[in-house]
This record gives sequence, C-alpha cells and structure tokens, in this order.
Amino acid sequence: MKNDPNYMSGAEIFFECLRRENVEYIFGYPGGAVLKIYEHLYDVDFLKHILVRHEQGAVHAAEGYAKASGKVGVVLVTSGPGATNTVTGIADAYMDSVPIVVFTGQVSSHLIGNDAFQEADIVGITRPITKHNFLVRDVKELASTIKKAFYIASTGRPGPVVVDLPKDVIASKCIFKYPEEVDVRGYKPTYKGNSNQIKKAAEIISKAKRPLLYVGGGVIMSGSSEELKIFARENKLPVTMTLQGLGAFPGTDPLSLGMLGMHGTYWANRAVDNCDVLVSLGARFDDRVTGKVETFCNKAYKIHVDIDPTAIDKNVIVDLPIVGDVKHVLAELAAEMINPPDTTEWLEQIEEWKNECPLDYEKNDGRLRSEFVIEKIFEKTKGDAVVVTDVGQHQMWTAQYYKYNHPRSNITSGGLGTMGFGLPASIGASFAVKDRPVVCISGDGGFQMNIQELITAVYNKLPLKIFILNNSFLGMVRQWQELFHQEKYSFTDLGNSNPDFVKVSQAFGIESYSTDNPNEVESLLDKAMSINDRPILIEFRVVKEDMVFPMIPSGASISDMMVKRLNPKRMI
Amino acid sequence: MKKHTISILVENHFGAFDRVATMFSGKGFNIRSISIGETEIEEISRMTVVTEGDDKIIDQIVKQLNRLIDTIKVVDLTGSPHIERELALIKVSVPKGSMEEIKNINDIFRGNIVDITGRSMTLEITGPPDKIDAAINLLSAFGIKEIARSGIVALKRGEQIKIKKEKNLTT
Repeated sequence: MKNDPNYMSGAEIFFECLRRENVEYIFGYPGGAVLKIYEHLYDVDFLKHILVRHEQGAVHAAEGYAKASGKVGVVLVTSGPGATNTVTGIADAYMDSVPIVVFTGQVSSHLIGNDAFQEADIVGITRPITKHNFLVRDVKELASTIKKAFYIASTGRPGPVVVDLPKDVIASKCIFKYPEEVDVRGYKPTYKGNSNQIKKAAEIISKAKRPLLYVGGGVIMSGSSEELKIFARENKLPVTMTLQGLGAFPGTDPLSLGMLGMHGTYWANRAVDNCDVLVSLGARFDDRVTGKVETFCNKAYKIHVDIDPTAIDKNVIVDLPIVGDVKHVLAELAAEMINPPDTTEWLEQIEEWKNECPLDYEKNDGRLRSEFVIEKIFEKTKGDAVVVTDVGQHQMWTAQYYKYNHPRSNITSGGLGTMGFGLPASIGASFAVKDRPVVCISGDGGFQMNIQELITAVYNKLPLKIFILNNSFLGMVRQWQELFHQEKYSFTDLGNSNPDFVKVSQAFGIESYSTDNPNEVESLLDKAMSINDRPILIEFRVVKEDMVFPMIPSGASISDMMVKRLNPKRMI
Repeated sequence: MKKHTISILVENHFGAFDRVATMFSGKGFNIRSISIGETEIEEISRMTVVTEGDDKIIDQIVKQLNRLIDTIKVVDLTGSPHIERELALIKVSVPKGSMEEIKNINDIFRGNIVDITGRSMTLEITGPPDKIDAAINLLSAFGIKEIARSGIVALKRGEQIKIKKEKNLTT
C-alpha cells in the first residue's frame, strides 16, 4: 500500500481535492493546527494562497471573489481563534447566500473536548450560520467530504460550508480516490419549476395591466440576467431590484426602476404599491424590502419564484409559488408567454412618479456630498466597474446613484449588514476580475473595521480604487438618532477620533489623497482610474449631516415614506 | 395553536440531532417533546418532534427541517392516521393502606410496577400521551415524587416510507 502513488497524507489529499475543484485562490492565515497543510502548500503551484491579516478578512475576500466570479470562494484558517474569527464572515455569507468553503484547523481528535490549546467547537458554533458543516473524523472520509462541501456550497441556494480538519486527520495517510459524483440523500435541490404553475404565471402576466418584476440576488447567482433582460424587454415589464439584485438588470435601461424598499426610489415603491401582478424572481421579501408586511403590495397577485422552498410564504403569503431555479423557470415562462401585456399606460404612470420625486440632493452650496462623488464614479466608469461597498449611508447612496450595467458587479453585505466587509471583499473581487476596474466605496466607520487588509492589497499590487466617504460620523446610525432617537448622537460622532486616513494609507504604502472640494473630484477620480498596477486611496470629506432619502422607516408602510428632511434647521 | 407531531428521518451523523434542535431554537419554534432512536436501517435515526403553531408556522417548520442536509424525510403526521405512544415512569408515594388502590389504578392502565419500597412505588405506563396524563392525574391524589416521560414516538399507519440507499463514495 505504501508504494501506491495514491497513498497520501491528509494534507496532500486536501490539495488534490482542491486541484480537482479548480480552486485558483485560497484566502488564509496559517497557525498551529494547519501547519501540515501549509507545509505542503509550499510546493503547490496550481493555486495561489493570499495571506490576509485577519481571518475575518479572509472570509470577506472569499465572498468578494465568489460574488464577482460565480465560483466557490475558499478559506483556510487554523483552529480556535483562527476559526472563531471567521464567524462574522460565515454569517454574512449565509445571509447573502454566497458559496464559500471554509477549512478550519482543529486540535487532534484525541484532544477534542479537552479544552486543548486553541480548541474551539467551530462545528457547533457555526451550525446555525452554515448551509452545512463537517468535522472530518477519518482521513478516509476527507476526499468525499471535500467533494460534498463544494457541491453543497455551490448548488441549490448557495451558502457557506465549514470543513473542520483535526490535526491528526491531516497527518494520517490513506489511498486517495476522488469520488466522481456526489450523492447526498437528504439534499436534492429543485431546479425545474412546476410547468402548470409556470403556465398559469404566464397567463396571469399576459393579462396584467400593471405588472412589476421584483428581482433579487437569485437572478445573478443563477446566471439568468440575459434571460431577464430579454423577458422584461420583450414584454415591456418594469423591473425593480433588491440591494442584492442590483446589476441583474441594467440600471440605465428605461425599464429599470432602481432599488425598492427602505431606501428605494420613490417610483419603485409607488410601483410596488400600485401594481396588480408582482413577479418575484430570486428574492425573499426581506423586511428591508417589505416594511410593514400587512400593507406591502397588498393589491397585487403575487408570483414567487425561488429555489429555496423556505423562502416561500415565509414573510409574505403569495398567490402562486414556483419552486425552482430562476434560469429554468424564466426560460419556460418566456416560452409560455403568448401575448405581452399592454403596459404603455402603466409605464407612463411610473414615469410620472419618477418626475414627481426624482433622486435629488443639494448641489448649489459648494460643499462636497457623497451622492455627487458616487455620480462621478458612475460617470467615470460608465456603470461597468465592479463596485464593492461597506455598510451604511454610502452603501445606500451607491445603490441609488451607481447604475450597474452588469451582473456580478455589485458586491455588498446585505442581509447581515457587516461593517468592515468592503475592503476585504474588494480585495477578493480584484483577484476574480481583471478586465474591469474594481472600486471599493467605504465609510470612515466601516473602513476602520478591517483596515489591516490594506497591506494585502498593497502586497498583491491590486489595482484597487479605494474611496472613503468620510462624513466624520457613523452616518446611518446618526440618521436614525436624528429621526427616531431625539437627536441624541450617542457615540456616533467620529469627528475628533478618526485617524488621518491619508497618513494611515501612506504607512501601508498606498498613494493617497484627500479633498473636500467638489471641483477636485473629477481630476482625482481620473488619477485613480489611470493607475493599474497598485492600489490608490482617496478620502472625500463630505458633509457631516446628510441623510439618505427616500426612507420608509423600519416596519412602516409606503405611505410613511420620507422623501426629504422635514426640519432643515437640523442642518448644522 | 394546534399541536403537531412531526416524524423526521435523519442521517445517523455526528451532530444531526443538534442540527434539528438548533433549527427549532434558532427560528423561535416551540418543542413540546422530542425523541430520537434507531430505525430498521443502521445509518438512519428517527426523530419525533411534537410542536405547536398555526398553519404558517408548521409550514415553515416542515420546510426548514427539509432544508437541513442531514434530514432525509420529514412528515407531519397530524391529520393522517398514525399511532402515538409514550412511556412514563411514575414514582408515587404509598400512604398507609393505599397500596391496593394504587395497584388497581396500575392494572386499569395496564402498567407495570417496576420498583417498590416501603413508602413508594414506581409504575411504568405506556400509551398515548392523554392516557399517561390521565394516570398521572389519578395518581397525584397519593402524592407524586418523580416523573420521567420518554417523549412521543409515532409511526404512520399503513404503508412504509421507502428510503433510498446512499451510494458509498468514501475512499
């Protein structure tokens, strides 16, 4: 047996499996329990290991890579603190259905449960935030477990999978054989939708007077943006998108209404409120979309296409559920459509709403505003960049003002709302995307949450364009404090406690600039776009007290929408 | 809030029980009783969960259970013919002169006396949960010292649910 060329250690098997899964990059950080793997990694040439500076950064980078490329992101960390540092990233990937596989080291099998050095029950800890997880107890199960992990992460509704690797399992040997196929008895995703239901949906859409497509991240994940474009344009159907859905349909298309929900456009929300048929494609009726469920879209017949049966009737009871992959269902639905509905009047009505209350901000006082910077970034990149954001006001303004032309271009933390996501995720995206600029838009608060990853961007010479919209506040929290918490700006003013972002980035070796002058924005952006062999950082010092509008307060109805600040005197 | 009995076939994997329990607690669903045991197939266990909720909640519970990778088959037995049984061990005080009376109650419920001391008796009673409730109710007149209930196990009446054998892909 020992002479068999396939007689390998767990560490060797690990890499053989990754080779067969066509893994190009691992985002990782070494440590005691995974030393054996790193020992072999030294001689591996078919993939590149990207050293991050904190394990949370590794997971967000893998998410950014996965979202930009459509492939599975891979993370490798050690046991104990290495593993627990991945938890936020894993929870983030779970909420936004991002396919990643996280390999965690574990103490040797015989020590598990003994409170050994750097031991943590990561399988127990991550159980409610993973699609599935595994503890590999025998090297003979390693190859089939890795195969299953990649299969589960990337199929059906994608999600994170954790594989916990005890030190002795990695070190022990067996004959390696990679399974050709996977069979998981309890996991059989439904791809093809029920044909009768689809036929019925086509009939209802054909007869609709005010139909609306409500599109989520599922359209991008299933790779059905092309199908959606054709379906919407042929049938003249207006399209509104969730935060994760942005990019699924071109933002510049006249049929695009932009984002709906809490900070969605006025006209998208009015359309949701007044449509007679709502077709949800790969979206989950999240509370940031619906507000008060009882009043959400309550005049419409609702059709819900989703690959995950649990998404159906979870938040909003629908009239016609179709469980299946959007790509399959859309193809069949398009074929079943006999007559396109007459939507001329409906589109005119939406146009009226658009003119009634367009996205707007103060342009004439000479002060620099986030919305202006984002508009300029859109103009410079023509909507073709991959734009990664952090979480907060800048994220919502980006969703409103950056009109994504392509799927897999909008990378943002939606469900979990993880501050600190932006920078590492944009690093991961930079490895996946070579032909388009990758832009990271962050805030002064969130940027500091994973600021250590600047060095990862520098070391790898990533042509990343990092833009900090610094309003010296935790702006979104401040907004809620002003609107709902008696203007008690409790611990959100960072004005006196922010670092000098230019000096910080210079210390990391990044060329950086700062401005608060609207007239300098274009030239600085031109400079950023012209650099292609290293990162650049620009800090835009924007107005402190701006708020994101429109806004439907949490749990409220569309009739409660605020379109502008009610009391302008609050401007400081 | 209607009571539902849900039968779940799960892979006999490390942590499978915990996945089911974690799903219930994480999503805020109630568990009234839960039991797990082996089945006729070596690598499969059967869990029986008694839960409660309106139609929307039960629909979510069944879907969320199905969504777990380690669950093979989830059936809400409520509303279709099925058998439910529970076992209870009831340790009851025996006041002077009441031994015969307790034995009579035990006979009526077709229980077994499994332990006896001068002052107490332990009865083993099996049956549908309401029968056990009735027995406990009657015995409480004598003073109940301790109770252990197994939780409900249940099976559908009639035909058997066929389970496909998983291909063995381990190296």
